[in-house]
Amino acid sequence: MSEEAKASLFERIGGEAAVNAAVELFYRKVLSDYRINRFFNNTNMDEQIAKQKAFFTMAFGGPNTYTGTDMRNAHARLVKMGLDNSHFDAVMEHLGATMKELNVPADLIGEAAAIAESVRNDVLGK
Amino acid sequence: MKKIVLGEQEIVCQSGETLLEALLLHSVAIPNSCRQGVCHSCLVRSLDITPPALAQRGLKDVQQKQNYFLACTCYPEHDMKIVLSQQAAFFTQGAVVGKTLLNRETVLLSIQCKDALDFYAGQFVNLQRADGLTRSYSIANSRLHAKQLTFHVRRLPGGRFSEWAHGELQIGDTLAVSEPQGLCFYLPDRPAQNMLLIGTGSGLAPLAGIIHEALQQGHTGNIYLYHGSRDVQGLYWIEEMQALQQQHPNFHYTPCVSNAMAPAGFKQGRANDVAMQALPKLNGWRVYLCGHPDMVNQTKIQAFLNGANSTDIYSDAFHVTPDFTANSDSRVVSA
Repeated sequence: MSEEAKASLFERIGGEAAVNAAVELFYRKVLSDYRINRFFNNTNMDEQIAKQKAFFTMAFGGPNTYTGTDMRNAHARLVKMGLDNSHFDAVMEHLGATMKELNVPADLIGEAAAIAESVRNDVLGK
Repeated sequence: MKKIVLGEQEIVCQSGETLLEALLLHSVAIPNSCRQGVCHSCLVRSLDITPPALAQRGLKDVQQKQNYFLACTCYPEHDMKIVLSQQAAFFTQGAVVGKTLLNRETVLLSIQCKDALDFYAGQFVNLQRADGLTRSYSIANSRLHAKQLTFHVRRLPGGRFSEWAHGELQIGDTLAVSEPQGLCFYLPDRPAQNMLLIGTGSGLAPLAGIIHEALQQGHTGNIYLYHGSRDVQGLYWIEEMQALQQQHPNFHYTPCVSNAMAPAGFKQGRANDVAMQALPKLNGWRVYLCGHPDMVNQTKIQAFLNGANSTDIYSDAFHVTPDFTANSDSRVVSA
Protein backbone atom coordinates (compact mmCIF):
# COMPACT_ATOMS: atom_id res chain seq x y z
CA MET A 1 0.00 0.00 0.00
CA SER A 2 1.39 3.42 -0.92
CA GLU A 3 1.79 6.20 1.66
CA GLU A 4 -0.96 8.18 -0.03
CA ALA A 5 -3.44 5.32 0.09
CA LYS A 6 -2.66 4.88 3.80
CA ALA A 7 -3.24 8.57 4.51
CA SER A 8 -6.55 8.45 2.73
CA LEU A 9 -7.79 5.50 4.80
CA PHE A 10 -7.07 7.61 7.88
CA GLU A 11 -9.11 10.46 6.40
CA ARG A 12 -11.94 8.23 5.21
CA ILE A 13 -12.29 6.70 8.67
CA GLY A 14 -12.50 10.15 10.21
CA GLY A 15 -8.95 11.08 11.18
CA GLU A 16 -7.99 12.10 14.68
CA ALA A 17 -11.59 12.45 15.88
CA ALA A 18 -12.20 8.80 14.97
CA VAL A 19 -9.03 7.77 16.80
CA ASN A 20 -10.20 9.53 19.96
CA ALA A 21 -13.65 7.99 19.81
CA ALA A 22 -12.21 4.54 19.13
CA VAL A 23 -9.78 4.70 22.06
CA GLU A 24 -12.59 5.43 24.54
CA LEU A 25 -14.53 2.34 23.43
CA PHE A 26 -11.58 0.04 22.85
CA TYR A 27 -9.74 0.74 26.10
CA ARG A 28 -12.92 0.06 28.08
CA LYS A 29 -13.35 -3.24 26.23
CA VAL A 30 -9.82 -4.51 26.86
CA LEU A 31 -9.85 -3.44 30.52
CA SER A 32 -13.07 -5.40 30.99
CA ASP A 33 -11.79 -8.52 29.19
CA TYR A 34 -10.32 -10.99 31.70
CA ARG A 35 -8.39 -12.76 28.89
CA ILE A 36 -6.17 -9.76 28.22
CA ASN A 37 -6.65 -7.00 30.79
CA ARG A 38 -3.49 -7.95 32.68
CA PHE A 39 -1.49 -6.78 29.66
CA PHE A 40 -3.18 -3.38 29.83
CA ASN A 41 -3.04 -3.04 33.58
CA ASN A 42 -0.57 -0.19 33.70
CA THR A 43 -1.70 2.13 36.46
CA ASN A 44 -0.82 5.18 34.40
CA MET A 45 -4.00 5.68 32.42
CA ASP A 46 -2.72 8.68 30.47
CA GLU A 47 0.20 6.62 29.21
CA GLN A 48 -2.13 3.78 28.28
CA ILE A 49 -4.45 6.12 26.38
CA ALA A 50 -1.48 7.61 24.50
CA LYS A 51 -0.43 4.09 23.51
CA GLN A 52 -3.94 3.19 22.34
CA LYS A 53 -4.02 6.39 20.32
CA ALA A 54 -0.77 5.46 18.62
CA PHE A 55 -2.15 1.98 17.97
CA PHE A 56 -5.36 3.24 16.38
CA THR A 57 -3.55 5.89 14.38
CA MET A 58 -1.40 3.11 12.94
CA ALA A 59 -4.34 0.74 12.34
CA PHE A 60 -6.26 3.54 10.64
CA GLY A 61 -3.32 4.11 8.32
CA GLY A 62 -2.49 7.46 9.88
CA PRO A 63 0.84 9.14 10.47
CA ASN A 64 3.10 7.08 12.69
CA THR A 65 6.76 6.39 12.94
CA TYR A 66 6.69 2.85 14.31
CA THR A 67 9.17 0.32 13.02
CA GLY A 68 9.12 -3.43 13.48
CA THR A 69 11.89 -3.07 16.05
CA ASP A 70 9.84 -0.54 18.04
CA MET A 71 6.94 -2.99 18.09
CA ARG A 72 9.19 -5.80 19.27
CA ASN A 73 10.83 -3.74 21.99
CA ALA A 74 7.55 -2.26 23.20
CA HIS A 75 5.96 -5.68 23.62
CA ALA A 76 8.96 -7.76 24.76
CA ARG A 77 7.93 -7.42 28.42
CA LEU A 78 4.43 -8.65 27.58
CA VAL A 79 5.75 -11.61 25.58
CA LYS A 80 7.65 -12.62 28.71
CA MET A 81 4.35 -12.42 30.59
CA GLY A 82 2.90 -14.93 28.12
CA LEU A 83 1.49 -12.77 25.34
CA ASP A 84 0.56 -15.07 22.44
CA ASN A 85 -1.68 -15.44 19.39
CA SER A 86 -4.83 -15.94 21.46
CA HIS A 87 -4.34 -12.54 23.10
CA PHE A 88 -3.60 -10.89 19.79
CA ASP A 89 -6.82 -12.42 18.45
CA ALA A 90 -8.76 -10.98 21.38
CA VAL A 91 -7.37 -7.53 20.64
CA MET A 92 -8.33 -7.91 16.98
CA GLU A 93 -11.84 -8.87 18.10
CA HIS A 94 -12.16 -5.68 20.15
CA LEU A 95 -10.66 -3.63 17.34
CA GLY A 96 -13.33 -4.88 14.95
CA ALA A 97 -16.15 -4.46 17.48
CA THR A 98 -15.00 -0.91 18.26
CA MET A 99 -15.06 0.13 14.62
CA LYS A 100 -18.46 -1.51 14.12
CA GLU A 101 -19.81 0.44 17.06
CA LEU A 102 -18.52 3.61 15.44
CA ASN A 103 -20.30 2.68 12.21
CA VAL A 104 -17.12 2.40 10.19
CA PRO A 105 -18.01 0.80 6.81
CA ALA A 106 -17.07 -2.88 6.51
CA ASP A 107 -14.48 -2.37 3.75
CA LEU A 108 -12.61 0.20 5.87
CA ILE A 109 -12.76 -2.11 8.89
CA GLY A 110 -11.14 -4.72 6.68
CA GLU A 111 -8.37 -2.36 5.63
CA ALA A 112 -7.66 -1.30 9.22
CA ALA A 113 -7.74 -4.91 10.45
CA ALA A 114 -5.24 -5.85 7.75
CA ILE A 115 -2.84 -3.13 8.93
CA ALA A 116 -3.15 -4.27 12.55
CA GLU A 117 -2.70 -7.89 11.47
CA SER A 118 0.52 -6.95 9.65
CA VAL A 119 2.30 -6.23 12.95
CA ARG A 120 1.28 -9.52 14.62
CA ASN A 121 4.68 -11.18 14.35
CA ASP A 122 6.56 -8.11 15.54
CA VAL A 123 4.22 -7.72 18.53
CA LEU A 124 4.56 -11.38 19.45
CA GLY A 125 8.34 -11.29 18.95
CA LYS A 126 8.31 -13.96 16.23
CA MET B 1 6.51 36.44 7.83
CA LYS B 2 6.01 36.37 11.58
CA LYS B 3 8.37 36.93 14.46
CA ILE B 4 8.40 34.25 17.16
CA VAL B 5 9.99 35.01 20.51
CA LEU B 6 11.24 32.03 22.48
CA GLY B 7 13.07 33.10 25.60
CA GLU B 8 16.05 35.14 24.45
CA GLN B 9 15.74 33.86 20.90
CA GLU B 10 13.90 35.46 17.98
CA ILE B 11 12.80 33.19 15.18
CA VAL B 12 11.36 34.08 11.82
CA CYS B 13 8.50 31.94 10.56
CA GLN B 14 7.93 32.31 6.82
CA SER B 15 4.39 32.21 5.48
CA GLY B 16 3.39 28.71 4.48
CA GLU B 17 5.84 27.31 7.02
CA THR B 18 4.69 25.64 10.24
CA LEU B 19 6.03 26.83 13.56
CA LEU B 20 7.65 23.42 14.05
CA GLU B 21 9.49 23.72 10.73
CA ALA B 22 10.68 27.21 11.66
CA LEU B 23 11.87 26.07 15.10
CA LEU B 24 13.74 23.10 13.64
CA LEU B 25 15.32 25.31 10.95
CA HIS B 26 16.61 27.53 13.77
CA SER B 27 18.04 24.47 15.55
CA VAL B 28 15.61 24.62 18.46
CA ALA B 29 15.55 21.21 20.16
CA ILE B 30 11.83 20.51 20.21
CA PRO B 31 10.47 16.97 20.47
CA ASN B 32 8.35 15.98 17.48
CA SER B 33 7.14 12.88 15.74
CA CYS B 34 4.05 12.63 13.51
CA ARG B 35 4.05 16.28 12.41
CA GLN B 36 0.33 16.05 11.69
CA GLY B 37 -1.28 16.95 14.99
CA VAL B 38 -1.78 13.42 16.26
CA CYS B 39 1.04 12.54 18.64
CA HIS B 40 1.15 15.84 20.58
CA SER B 41 4.95 15.58 21.00
CA CYS B 42 5.51 19.19 19.92
CA LEU B 43 3.13 20.76 22.45
CA VAL B 44 4.06 24.40 23.11
CA ARG B 45 2.36 27.32 24.77
CA SER B 46 1.67 30.88 23.68
CA LEU B 47 2.44 33.54 26.26
CA ASP B 48 0.56 36.34 24.58
CA ILE B 49 -1.97 35.72 21.81
CA THR B 50 -4.57 32.98 21.33
CA PRO B 51 -3.06 30.36 19.02
CA PRO B 52 -4.76 29.51 15.69
CA ALA B 53 -7.73 27.16 16.21
CA LEU B 54 -6.28 24.50 13.89
CA ALA B 55 -3.21 24.20 16.10
CA GLN B 56 -5.36 23.48 19.17
CA ARG B 57 -7.46 20.71 17.63
CA GLY B 58 -7.51 17.56 19.72
CA LEU B 59 -6.15 19.17 22.89
CA LYS B 60 -8.00 19.03 26.20
CA ASP B 61 -10.22 22.04 26.86
CA VAL B 62 -8.08 23.01 29.82
CA GLN B 63 -5.00 23.00 27.60
CA GLN B 64 -6.74 25.13 24.98
CA LYS B 65 -7.74 27.68 27.61
CA GLN B 66 -4.12 27.96 28.69
CA ASN B 67 -3.03 28.66 25.11
CA TYR B 68 -1.28 25.35 24.59
CA PHE B 69 -1.04 24.34 20.96
CA LEU B 70 0.83 22.07 18.56
CA ALA B 71 3.79 23.58 16.72
CA CYS B 72 3.37 21.17 13.79
CA THR B 73 -0.13 22.34 12.87
CA CYS B 74 0.50 26.01 13.62
CA TYR B 75 0.82 28.50 10.78
CA PRO B 76 1.36 31.65 12.86
CA GLU B 77 -1.11 34.43 12.01
CA HIS B 78 0.58 37.01 14.23
CA ASP B 79 3.89 37.55 15.95
CA MET B 80 3.89 35.47 19.10
CA LYS B 81 5.78 34.74 22.27
CA ILE B 82 6.05 31.06 23.15
CA VAL B 83 7.53 28.60 25.65
CA LEU B 84 8.41 25.03 24.79
CA SER B 85 7.01 23.32 27.84
CA GLN B 86 5.48 24.51 31.03
CA GLN B 87 8.18 26.80 32.32
CA ALA B 88 6.69 28.68 35.21
CA ALA B 89 9.26 31.22 36.09
CA PHE B 90 7.47 34.25 37.24
CA PHE B 91 6.95 34.90 40.86
CA THR B 92 4.99 37.59 42.55
CA GLN B 93 5.51 38.48 46.17
CA GLY B 94 3.10 37.27 48.81
CA ALA B 95 2.76 37.98 52.52
CA VAL B 96 1.27 35.59 55.05
CA VAL B 97 -1.93 37.16 56.41
CA GLY B 98 -3.49 34.13 58.05
CA LYS B 99 -2.44 30.84 59.56
CA THR B 100 -4.92 28.53 61.29
CA LEU B 101 -4.91 24.85 62.03
CA LEU B 102 -7.50 22.85 60.06
CA ASN B 103 -6.72 19.57 61.80
CA ARG B 104 -3.81 17.96 63.65
CA GLU B 105 -1.61 17.93 60.52
CA THR B 106 -2.94 20.57 58.14
CA VAL B 107 -2.62 24.32 58.36
CA LEU B 108 -4.64 26.84 56.38
CA LEU B 109 -2.26 29.43 55.01
CA SER B 110 -3.63 32.71 53.62
CA ILE B 111 -1.25 34.67 51.43
CA GLN B 112 -1.88 38.19 50.18
CA CYS B 113 -0.19 38.63 46.79
CA LYS B 114 1.15 41.89 45.45
CA ASP B 115 -0.34 41.23 42.02
CA ALA B 116 -3.69 39.60 41.27
CA LEU B 117 -3.20 36.10 39.94
CA ASP B 118 -5.05 34.99 36.85
CA PHE B 119 -5.80 31.40 37.77
CA TYR B 120 -8.45 28.76 37.34
CA ALA B 121 -9.95 27.13 40.42
CA GLY B 122 -8.07 23.89 41.09
CA GLN B 123 -4.66 25.06 39.85
CA PHE B 124 -1.53 25.16 42.00
CA VAL B 125 1.38 27.54 42.45
CA ASN B 126 4.93 27.08 43.62
CA LEU B 127 5.68 28.75 46.93
CA GLN B 128 9.29 29.71 47.40
CA ARG B 129 11.11 30.50 50.61
CA ALA B 130 13.84 33.20 50.60
CA ASP B 131 16.58 30.54 50.37
CA GLY B 132 15.03 29.02 47.26
CA LEU B 133 13.29 26.03 48.83
CA THR B 134 10.19 25.54 46.66
CA ARG B 135 7.06 23.43 46.93
CA SER B 136 3.83 23.19 44.95
CA TYR B 137 0.52 23.84 46.69
CA SER B 138 -3.00 23.89 45.32
CA ILE B 139 -5.03 27.06 45.56
CA ALA B 140 -7.96 26.28 47.84
CA ASN B 141 -10.16 29.25 46.99
CA SER B 142 -12.18 30.38 43.97
CA ARG B 143 -11.32 33.14 41.53
CA LEU B 144 -13.34 35.59 43.60
CA HIS B 145 -10.15 36.13 45.59
CA ALA B 146 -7.47 36.70 42.98
CA LYS B 147 -5.06 38.42 45.35
CA GLN B 148 -5.61 36.56 48.58
CA LEU B 149 -4.86 32.90 48.09
CA THR B 150 -5.37 30.09 50.57
CA PHE B 151 -3.45 26.81 50.80
CA HIS B 152 -3.75 23.65 52.87
CA VAL B 153 -0.28 22.69 54.01
CA ARG B 154 -0.07 19.18 55.43
CA ARG B 155 2.76 18.59 57.83
CA LEU B 156 4.94 15.67 56.82
CA PRO B 157 7.49 14.36 59.32
CA GLY B 158 10.88 15.52 58.04
CA GLY B 159 9.32 17.60 55.27
CA ARG B 160 11.56 20.64 55.09
CA PHE B 161 8.99 23.05 53.72
CA SER B 162 5.90 21.82 55.52
CA GLU B 163 7.63 21.58 58.93
CA TRP B 164 8.94 25.10 58.43
CA ALA B 165 5.52 26.38 57.33
CA HIS B 166 3.91 24.79 60.38
CA GLY B 167 6.55 25.69 62.94
CA GLU B 168 8.32 28.85 61.90
CA LEU B 169 6.42 30.73 59.21
CA GLN B 170 4.64 33.70 60.76
CA ILE B 171 2.04 36.29 59.85
CA GLY B 172 3.77 39.06 57.90
CA ASP B 173 6.50 36.80 56.48
CA THR B 174 6.89 36.90 52.72
CA LEU B 175 7.10 34.15 50.12
CA ALA B 176 7.51 34.19 46.36
CA VAL B 177 4.47 32.88 44.49
CA SER B 178 4.77 31.42 40.98
CA GLU B 179 2.27 31.81 38.19
CA PRO B 180 -0.61 29.33 38.46
CA GLN B 181 -0.03 25.93 36.89
CA GLY B 182 -1.69 22.60 36.33
CA LEU B 183 -4.50 21.26 34.21
CA CYS B 184 -6.86 20.02 36.91
CA PHE B 185 -9.29 22.93 37.03
CA TYR B 186 -12.88 24.04 36.56
CA LEU B 187 -14.25 25.56 33.38
CA PRO B 188 -17.83 26.85 33.39
CA ASP B 189 -18.52 25.75 29.81
CA ARG B 190 -20.90 22.89 30.66
CA PRO B 191 -22.93 24.10 33.67
CA ALA B 192 -25.44 21.23 33.55
CA GLN B 193 -22.82 18.49 33.66
CA ASN B 194 -22.77 16.33 36.78
CA MET B 195 -19.48 16.43 38.64
CA LEU B 196 -17.80 13.95 40.94
CA LEU B 197 -14.90 15.11 43.11
CA ILE B 198 -12.85 12.72 45.22
CA GLY B 199 -10.05 13.85 47.49
CA THR B 200 -7.91 12.35 50.19
CA GLY B 201 -6.28 14.45 52.91
CA SER B 202 -5.26 17.91 51.70
CA GLY B 203 -6.57 16.89 48.26
CA LEU B 204 -9.62 18.76 49.50
CA ALA B 205 -7.85 22.07 48.79
CA PRO B 206 -8.14 22.19 44.98
CA LEU B 207 -11.55 20.47 45.14
CA ALA B 208 -12.91 23.11 47.53
CA GLY B 209 -11.68 25.81 45.14
CA ILE B 210 -13.40 24.06 42.23
CA ILE B 211 -16.67 23.58 44.16
CA HIS B 212 -16.85 27.22 45.27
CA GLU B 213 -16.03 28.38 41.77
CA ALA B 214 -18.67 26.10 40.20
CA LEU B 215 -21.37 27.20 42.65
CA GLN B 216 -20.49 30.87 42.17
CA GLN B 217 -20.65 30.40 38.39
CA GLY B 218 -24.14 28.94 38.75
CA HIS B 219 -23.31 25.32 37.96
CA THR B 220 -26.67 23.54 37.73
CA GLY B 221 -25.52 19.90 37.47
CA ASN B 222 -25.11 17.82 40.59
CA ILE B 223 -21.80 18.17 42.40
CA TYR B 224 -20.75 15.21 44.54
CA LEU B 225 -17.78 15.53 46.90
CA TYR B 226 -16.23 12.52 48.66
CA HIS B 227 -13.49 13.47 51.11
CA GLY B 228 -11.59 10.64 52.73
CA SER B 229 -9.06 10.01 55.46
CA ARG B 230 -8.17 7.22 57.85
CA ASP B 231 -10.21 8.69 60.68
CA VAL B 232 -12.43 11.66 61.47
CA GLN B 233 -9.46 13.65 62.82
CA GLY B 234 -7.79 13.41 59.41
CA LEU B 235 -10.71 15.21 57.77
CA TYR B 236 -11.43 18.93 58.03
CA TRP B 237 -13.95 21.55 56.88
CA ILE B 238 -16.70 19.09 57.72
CA GLU B 239 -19.08 21.74 59.04
CA GLU B 240 -18.22 24.13 56.22
CA MET B 241 -19.05 21.51 53.61
CA GLN B 242 -22.25 20.54 55.45
CA ALA B 243 -23.27 24.19 55.51
CA LEU B 244 -22.54 24.52 51.80
CA GLN B 245 -24.76 21.48 51.22
CA GLN B 246 -27.58 23.20 53.11
CA GLN B 247 -27.25 26.28 50.90
CA HIS B 248 -26.97 24.47 47.57
CA PRO B 249 -29.37 21.60 46.85
CA ASN B 250 -27.17 20.37 43.97
CA PHE B 251 -24.11 19.97 46.19
CA HIS B 252 -23.71 16.64 47.98
CA TYR B 253 -20.99 16.00 50.54
CA THR B 254 -19.88 12.63 51.88
CA PRO B 255 -17.04 12.44 54.41
CA CYS B 256 -15.45 8.97 54.49
CA VAL B 257 -13.21 7.22 57.03
CA SER B 258 -11.34 4.07 56.06
CA ASN B 259 -9.68 2.88 59.27
CA ALA B 260 -12.17 3.65 61.97
CA MET B 261 -15.80 3.23 62.83
CA ALA B 262 -17.81 5.75 60.88
CA PRO B 263 -19.89 8.01 63.12
CA ALA B 264 -23.39 9.04 61.99
CA GLY B 265 -23.19 11.17 58.85
CA PHE B 266 -19.92 9.56 57.72
CA LYS B 267 -19.35 6.63 55.40
CA GLN B 268 -17.12 3.70 56.24
CA GLY B 269 -14.53 2.92 53.56
CA ARG B 270 -12.08 4.58 51.25
CA ALA B 271 -13.53 7.68 49.59
CA ASN B 272 -12.97 6.35 46.08
CA ASP B 273 -14.61 2.99 46.84
CA VAL B 274 -17.59 4.63 48.51
CA ALA B 275 -17.99 7.01 45.56
CA MET B 276 -17.67 4.34 42.87
CA GLN B 277 -20.24 2.14 44.59
CA ALA B 278 -22.67 5.00 45.02
CA LEU B 279 -22.22 6.25 41.44
CA PRO B 280 -21.75 3.24 39.14
CA LYS B 281 -22.82 5.14 36.01
CA LEU B 282 -20.63 8.12 35.21
CA ASN B 283 -21.49 8.51 31.53
CA GLY B 284 -21.25 12.19 30.66
CA TRP B 285 -19.87 13.15 34.09
CA ARG B 286 -16.84 15.25 34.83
CA VAL B 287 -14.51 13.76 37.43
CA TYR B 288 -11.85 15.45 39.59
CA LEU B 289 -9.39 13.36 41.63
CA CYS B 290 -6.87 14.87 44.03
CA GLY B 291 -4.60 13.45 46.68
CA HIS B 292 -2.77 10.18 47.19
CA PRO B 293 -1.24 8.96 43.89
CA ASP B 294 -2.49 5.37 44.30
CA MET B 295 -6.02 6.58 44.91
CA VAL B 296 -5.80 8.95 41.94
CA ASN B 297 -4.42 6.37 39.51
CA GLN B 298 -6.79 3.57 40.50
CA THR B 299 -9.83 5.79 40.55
CA LYS B 300 -9.05 7.26 37.16
CA ILE B 301 -9.38 3.81 35.63
CA GLN B 302 -12.43 2.94 37.73
CA ALA B 303 -14.18 6.19 36.78
CA PHE B 304 -13.39 5.48 33.14
CA LEU B 305 -14.79 1.95 33.43
CA ASN B 306 -17.87 3.41 35.13
CA GLY B 307 -18.47 5.36 31.93
CA ALA B 308 -16.67 8.70 32.29
CA ASN B 309 -14.93 9.88 29.14
CA SER B 310 -11.15 9.93 29.61
CA THR B 311 -11.04 13.58 28.55
CA ASP B 312 -13.52 14.40 31.32
CA ILE B 313 -11.25 13.03 34.07
CA TYR B 314 -9.00 15.62 35.70
CA SER B 315 -6.49 14.69 38.33
CA ASP B 316 -3.77 16.01 40.54
CA ALA B 317 -1.68 13.36 42.30
CA PHE B 318 0.23 14.55 45.37
CA HIS B 319 3.55 12.73 45.33
CA VAL B 320 5.70 12.64 48.42
CA THR B 321 9.34 11.86 47.87
CA PRO B 322 10.66 9.51 50.56
CA ASP B 323 14.05 11.27 50.62
CA PHE B 324 13.47 13.60 53.52
CA THR B 325 16.72 15.48 53.17
CA ALA B 326 16.26 16.62 49.62
CA ASN B 327 12.81 16.61 48.17
CA SER B 328 10.50 15.76 50.96
CA ASP B 329 6.87 16.78 50.63
CA SER B 330 7.42 17.89 47.09
CA ARG B 331 4.70 17.24 44.64
CA VAL B 332 4.53 16.54 40.98
CA VAL B 333 1.31 16.93 39.17
CA SER B 334 -0.36 15.07 36.40
CA ALA B 335 -3.54 16.19 34.76
